[in-house]
Amino acid sequence: MSVQTWLARHAQTLLGSLGRLVQQPVASLMTMAVIAIALALPLFLNVFLQNTLAATANWNQTFDLSVYLDKKAAPSHTQVLAKQLHARADVAAVRVITADEALTQFRAASGFGNALDALDDNPLPDTLVVTPAVAASTPEGLETLKSAIAALPDVQTVQVDTEWVKRLHALMDILRRVVWLTGAGLGLGVILVVGNTIRLDILNRRAEVEVMKLVGATDGFARRPFLYSGIWYGLGGGIGAWILVAVAVGLLSKPVERLARLYGSEFHLRGLGFGSGILVLGVAIGLGWLGSWLAATRHIRAIEPT
Amino acid sequence: MIRFDQVHKRYTNGREALAGVSFVIDDGEMAFLTGHSGAGKSSVLKLIALIERPSRGQVFVGNQNTGGIHARGIPQFRRQIGVVFQDHKLLHDRPVADNVALPLVIAGTPKREIDKRVRAALDQVGLLGKEKSRPLELSAGEQQRVGIARAIVGKPKLLIADEPTGNLDPDLALDIMQLFKRFNEVGVTVVIATHDVHLIDRLGARRIVMGEGRVTAA
Repeated sequence: MSVQTWLARHAQTLLGSLGRLVQQPVASLMTMAVIAIALALPLFLNVFLQNTLAATANWNQTFDLSVYLDKKAAPSHTQVLAKQLHARADVAAVRVITADEALTQFRAASGFGNALDALDDNPLPDTLVVTPAVAASTPEGLETLKSAIAALPDVQTVQVDTEWVKRLHALMDILRRVVWLTGAGLGLGVILVVGNTIRLDILNRRAEVEVMKLVGATDGFARRPFLYSGIWYGLGGGIGAWILVAVAVGLLSKPVERLARLYGSEFHLRGLGFGSGILVLGVAIGLGWLGSWLAATRHIRAIEPT
Repeated sequence: MIRFDQVHKRYTNGREALAGVSFVIDDGEMAFLTGHSGAGKSSVLKLIALIERPSRGQVFVGNQNTGGIHARGIPQFRRQIGVVFQDHKLLHDRPVADNVALPLVIAGTPKREIDKRVRAALDQVGLLGKEKSRPLELSAGEQQRVGIARAIVGKPKLLIADEPTGNLDPDLALDIMQLFKRFNEVGVTVVIATHDVHLIDRLGARRIVMGEGRVTAA
């Protein structure tokens, strides 16, 4: 068989399968809609996750480390230490709060003014407020920075509230896994839906498959139109999922931006990009093909002319 | 062309359809398989087309022992045989031309060649001009002719037919049988199972009579 004949034959089968789906528009669209919804759910979760990651990316400002120095350290050493820390790659900024400033602040804020007056000298140490660089603002990065500073001479204690950032990242981790689990589960669902549709299709066209085999068709030849049906179902479902996610993002973008503005942020909701959309179509087509392949291979083999 | 050698066929339900059938049909011969229904005519044809396998014994088609053909080889084997069925087995959702073209499409024949040979096959069965009709728009006799055109479009050396005139009135039946005879005259080996004894008498071809799973006269 020449390449030209082979291509012409595939093109003909491809269009023939599409024609068959068009002849039963309601049934075909229903199948595609089920696939679209199954794919849209994990996709939407992923869009939500990506946006949350983007929105929280610049929250590192709140992860400042408080470095309390030894009271016995010379005041000049405080400045040296501040310069030394500022030179580090994982440090964005260092602010010095001298013991005197700290006392003034504490007096004003705490209401213990009289009690403090009773003391002979200032109980507070010099403090450095260290802002980590963006790259170091992960729970691990903060821990590394914290132990590095704690090892320096004259440093009494280093405090950082990483608990909630750990929680946030743990939550993101869970969400990422939820995306994968729903994706895998619903992907499997798509395979089963397509497989079942193709199975019924084959049963309806049993006589046709039988005749084809009687006049010398291989299983592969008899299977081909069903594989193309699966590809069309996948493509239709993928396009549907893309539309569903786009509509959902469109509906949510205004309220999200309003909320962001209330927090003084210029955050914009980002939908499925073009590249991701194409990837989704590819995955959908792959799932449709796989579902139909599994069903067609099994059921076509079972049909033997009698 | 065809040789049955002590062939037994017992179906899974326990019914013994063939109990030691032996006969030879030569290249270019035309033979009728006759006998009452249940005599084993259909079983013989099914064994020739590899729709069934013998329980015992050997079947040779075109000097090839069919016992040596594995499942993967069956499609290729069937492309060398033209088969005509009593119920035509046409695909009703596509026009006559597509039905006739099916074996060529399966074999991967180029499109231009297909068109030419489909027209030639339809011409031979007297249905030129009906390419675009749907099978159900045709009469029973015409549908059977479409079935025959499909069987001969691949230019097989062997043509087998199971009760091809079973649903036709006598005049039409004779037409169909004469059609088979014409193919035989150009060298095609033809094997036809039929219980219509009167028809065979008028055609005067070889007769293999079967009864209770055996050949009673050849």
